[in-house]
Amino acid sequence: MNKHAPKGPVRPKAKKGTFGRVVKKLFGYYPVLAPLTVVCILFAAVTSSIPAIFIQKVTAAIEKWYKIGDWAAASKEIVPLVLTLAVFYVLSMIAITLQSQIMAYMTQGFLHKMRAELFSGMQNLPIGYFDRNKHGDIMSHYTNDIDTLRQLVSQSLPSLIQAGTIVLCVFSIMIYYSIPLTLLVILGVVVMLLVSKKIGGGSAKYFIRQQQAVGKTEGYIQEMMNGMKVVKVFCHEETTAKDFDDINNALYEDSFRAHAFANTLGPIIMNIGNIMYVIMAIAGGTLIALNVPNLSLSGMAINISIVVPFLNMTKQFTGNINQLSQQINSVVMGLAGASRVFALMDELPETDDGYVTLVNAEIDEQGNVTETAERTGIWAWKHPHGDGTVTYTKLTGDVRMEGVDFSYVEGKQVLFDVSVYAKPGQKVAFVGATGAGKTTITNLINRYYDIADGKIRYDGININKIKKSDLRRSLGIVLQETNLFTGTVMDNIRYGRLDATDDECIEAAKLSGAHDFITRLPDGYNTELTNNGSNLSGGQRQLIAIARAAVADPPVMILDEATSSIDTRTEAIVQKGMDKLMEGRTVFVIAHRLSTVMNSDVIMVMDHGKIIERGSHDDLIAQKGTYYQLYTGAFELD
Amino acid sequence: MYRRLLRSVREYKLPSILTLVFMVLEAAIETTIPFITAKLVNSFEAGASMPELLKIGLILAVMALISLCCGGLGGYTCAKASSGFAKNLRHDVFTKIQTYSFNNIDKFSSSSLVTRMTTDINNVQMSYMMIIRTAVRSPLMFTFSIIMAYVMGGALSTTFVIVIPVLVFGLVLIARKAMPAFRRVFKKYDRLNESIEENVRAMRVVKGFSRENYEKQKFISASDNIRGDFTKAERIVALNTPVMQICLYFNMVFVLLVGSKLAISSGGSIVYVGQISAMLTYGMQILMSLMMLSMIYVMLTMSGESVKRLDEVLREEPNLKNPESPVYKVKDGSITFEKVGFKYSETAKNFALSDIDLDIKSGMTVGVIGGTGSSKSTLVQLIPRLYDTTVGRVTVGGVDVRNYDIKSLRSNVAMVLQKNLLFAGTIKDNIRWGNKDATDEEIIEACKLASAHDFIESFPQKYDTHIEQGGTNVSGGQKQRLCIARALISKPKILILDDSTSAVDMKTDAMIRAGLKKYLPKTTKIIIAQRISSVQDADLIIVMDNGKISAKGNHKELMQTSDIYREVYEQQTKGGDENE
Repeated sequence: MNKHAPKGPVRPKAKKGTFGRVVKKLFGYYPVLAPLTVVCILFAAVTSSIPAIFIQKVTAAIEKWYKIGDWAAASKEIVPLVLTLAVFYVLSMIAITLQSQIMAYMTQGFLHKMRAELFSGMQNLPIGYFDRNKHGDIMSHYTNDIDTLRQLVSQSLPSLIQAGTIVLCVFSIMIYYSIPLTLLVILGVVVMLLVSKKIGGGSAKYFIRQQQAVGKTEGYIQEMMNGMKVVKVFCHEETTAKDFDDINNALYEDSFRAHAFANTLGPIIMNIGNIMYVIMAIAGGTLIALNVPNLSLSGMAINISIVVPFLNMTKQFTGNINQLSQQINSVVMGLAGASRVFALMDELPETDDGYVTLVNAEIDEQGNVTETAERTGIWAWKHPHGDGTVTYTKLTGDVRMEGVDFSYVEGKQVLFDVSVYAKPGQKVAFVGATGAGKTTITNLINRYYDIADGKIRYDGININKIKKSDLRRSLGIVLQETNLFTGTVMDNIRYGRLDATDDECIEAAKLSGAHDFITRLPDGYNTELTNNGSNLSGGQRQLIAIARAAVADPPVMILDEATSSIDTRTEAIVQKGMDKLMEGRTVFVIAHRLSTVMNSDVIMVMDHGKIIERGSHDDLIAQKGTYYQLYTGAFELD
Repeated sequence: MYRRLLRSVREYKLPSILTLVFMVLEAAIETTIPFITAKLVNSFEAGASMPELLKIGLILAVMALISLCCGGLGGYTCAKASSGFAKNLRHDVFTKIQTYSFNNIDKFSSSSLVTRMTTDINNVQMSYMMIIRTAVRSPLMFTFSIIMAYVMGGALSTTFVIVIPVLVFGLVLIARKAMPAFRRVFKKYDRLNESIEENVRAMRVVKGFSRENYEKQKFISASDNIRGDFTKAERIVALNTPVMQICLYFNMVFVLLVGSKLAISSGGSIVYVGQISAMLTYGMQILMSLMMLSMIYVMLTMSGESVKRLDEVLREEPNLKNPESPVYKVKDGSITFEKVGFKYSETAKNFALSDIDLDIKSGMTVGVIGGTGSSKSTLVQLIPRLYDTTVGRVTVGGVDVRNYDIKSLRSNVAMVLQKNLLFAGTIKDNIRWGNKDATDEEIIEACKLASAHDFIESFPQKYDTHIEQGGTNVSGGQKQRLCIARALISKPKILILDDSTSAVDMKTDAMIRAGLKKYLPKTTKIIIAQRISSVQDADLIIVMDNGKISAKGNHKELMQTSDIYREVYEQQTKGGDENE
């Protein structure tokens, strides 16, 4: 395919086999409709190439009869011809209607299925994928790439088939009538293709450049619109506008050239067609006048009844060749898009070899754990063994890390020999500078990433053996960067446990201190949140996120800077609820504010991926180490 | 609405008009070509001499060449006109936004402004291109073709009496049905994409709660819903093809049948093969131009939304203007608030600030403390005149801020915003925002003062380290310190830190404050903070509550007089007390 693609600096490239994969998918999704459409297209294409034959016959008849002027006699010859044509047309109409309707249905269905497959696949990707790839880039698979796919499936492919068939049919009819005239047409087509390759190539080159310029312009606009207030504060309006003009002018240059090439191509090709038409007419006329013997499959001599349909066929032939050459460009673009979509689909999903699952349980007086079907509030790990036996371990929230090493990128280790023991109900805090590795530890406990060396055990079970979804279900996390979903406040809280009743959600909101402000919202719990809850303050969003974790009622909670945006006064107010929320749970707390972590059972001070101090607040103060310095830092100026 | 936008055409008026002229010429020639071709065809049979044949052929070739030139040049001027128009429009919108005050900015979300400047302008560019190229050409083609067809074909042209109304009716009906359907579905489609973005952003939450399957179901049902709507809309549009084909085919059958009858019964005197062939071409041209017209109609209505949105931006009047004879010199860093009240918009019910009276002497350090929503930020934003007061007045250096040249005022009142960001470029570039003529030494000095020097030096490229858009490659605390340095570089008379050290550890925070006190004794420093420790040693502490000053004084006084202050203080130092 690439051979036909225009030369350009950055040519969109599709992986080999992409075309086959798109076709296979399409036919796989629609095993009946897709072939039916192809048949319809073929039929319509053939029908639209045959009028030439009828025109030839009718013209021949006119020529034969007009001198006599006997319509009654001529009509016996002409009317059946035209009627046959009409029947073909009616059939072709049916085929076209059917094809265009099926196509509309199939294209959207195909896009839907591709989107669904893409999205479902994406849900299973490891968190590392989302950390490595920019969100904008991931999004463009859903917007730009799917759009090019739509173009490919709904327009480019059908017109390729159609134009290709017409070219073949018309070519056959042409050589049937006259080979010399056909050669003349071919000669013209070669000229046309050369011109369109030249101009089309220039156009493609500048369109790609325009695309890059658009990206640059958009980036700049986005940056400046976001930073508009900063621009104003520094009175940078003029400089910003000047810089923008430079980028804007560059975009204009590329856009102008791209469109100039594209706009001129049409008229040039069309008029080459016109000139060819004239040449054909003169050549035909000359051949008739000079009575040159014809060379053709049909053996007919050259006369007006051949030249007239030939003129029409010339137009049709060149028109469709032109169509083919134009479509090739969008096929290349479409395949490049498809290959990016497939690349995302082919990303390796998060592996999960866990076989220990979380089940509802009952505990009898002897302390035996048995599995139950209904929710009891008590949970147990169901651990099947190789010999077919199953053991149950009560979920208590005992988390132990031993000698854990970890690196996100090979060669850049971020955690060194970290050991943490959290007994059920304990509150463990991590303190340290940004980049010290606090968040990384929590990333490992819920297995967003897998550890390189060492062990993490949950209730005595190696977490690698626990099914990921069950492991995560037993952990409640609240992150510094709050993400809420479009929907009501109630929906957002219920996200923590989908079968929670309204009352349970409200209870959770009360516990986390969110209830008060929620009731003051215009629609209370039914207030719609949009755009990540942009109509709420940062602190309010964090409170909802805490309520969301609370409703899940997990035995272990991870609070990663969960209260950083709540001002200290509000924090003091919600503190009681928070304490209650943490009661009886194993809690990992990461915070900048020492007031948030001070009452923890054990505080880990982290530095460059190592735990440098550990102990209770009192222990650490007594040690007079880093923690002590951090703590007293606040009062240094007294 | 359209007129305001069209003002941006400016220097591209000439190419626009030229395009129209070229298109008229092209249309005229294109409709004459089949007429002459018919002559050529007829001349075969009439047994015309070769020179006669060549003469007509030559005329035709010349006409095709002229048409080629007109078409080519028209395409060129059209590209110039439409790209240029878009360029001017982008320039105008961007410069307009630069004149906005904070109040104007609050009205538009930044993402909506981005869409307006990209998608909307692109739509306008495409429509403009379409209009100047085809909006004149298509009706002309249509009219010329009908006239020529009538002149040439006589009775044969009755086919158009039947075909045109059918086609017009069909096309209009389809366009009117399809457009609202598309508009609805595009809105839904945008929402679907927003929800994907939401999902990608919240992936940690989704996985944390094991909600992958829930999200899949939610997405698939939304996507399927859109598939249904899209299919409906597209199926309406897909009717265009058969409607077009009916007309084309009818024309073909009619012309062949009636044409041959006419030709034969008149003995070739009224019409002949040439005319029949030309009638087919005219039929094609007429139908194509109608099709183009219907596309233009659709495109225009679709881009109407874009035009409206762009017009909103251009129409918005900045509500902060430089005074007529402004004061350029800011004497010192003294600030007063006199009976100040403030609402974000005239229609707002509640005052965000009320009854504010303050007297701040030059060189003082002032702390502002208060809960979320107590209007701390609003208070300080009045000083560099980011907003105008609703009642009362604010003075800086003894002069009403409304009398200053805005640029002079703001370069003397440096403010570090709470929601701050860095721009793509090197660290040096970013710091120079505060003062573009700053020397490297001055930059280092400012960074040292903001406790940023050490970590900058730890980067491999030091001060030339490239900052990503939005400053995503430095930590929150580092970003805040760079923002402080950027504000310090202009050596302001007043420095406002709006919760600017929240991500900086307390020790560094204290170091920064000590540095400011030591090296900028004459600068008035206003510090908004969450931590009491950040404001404790200020000369004056203002406690804000619900848009009012609830208490003011120094630390000692407030511990006696303000319940709120004492409460916050105790909460923040509680652990320490227990420890004693």
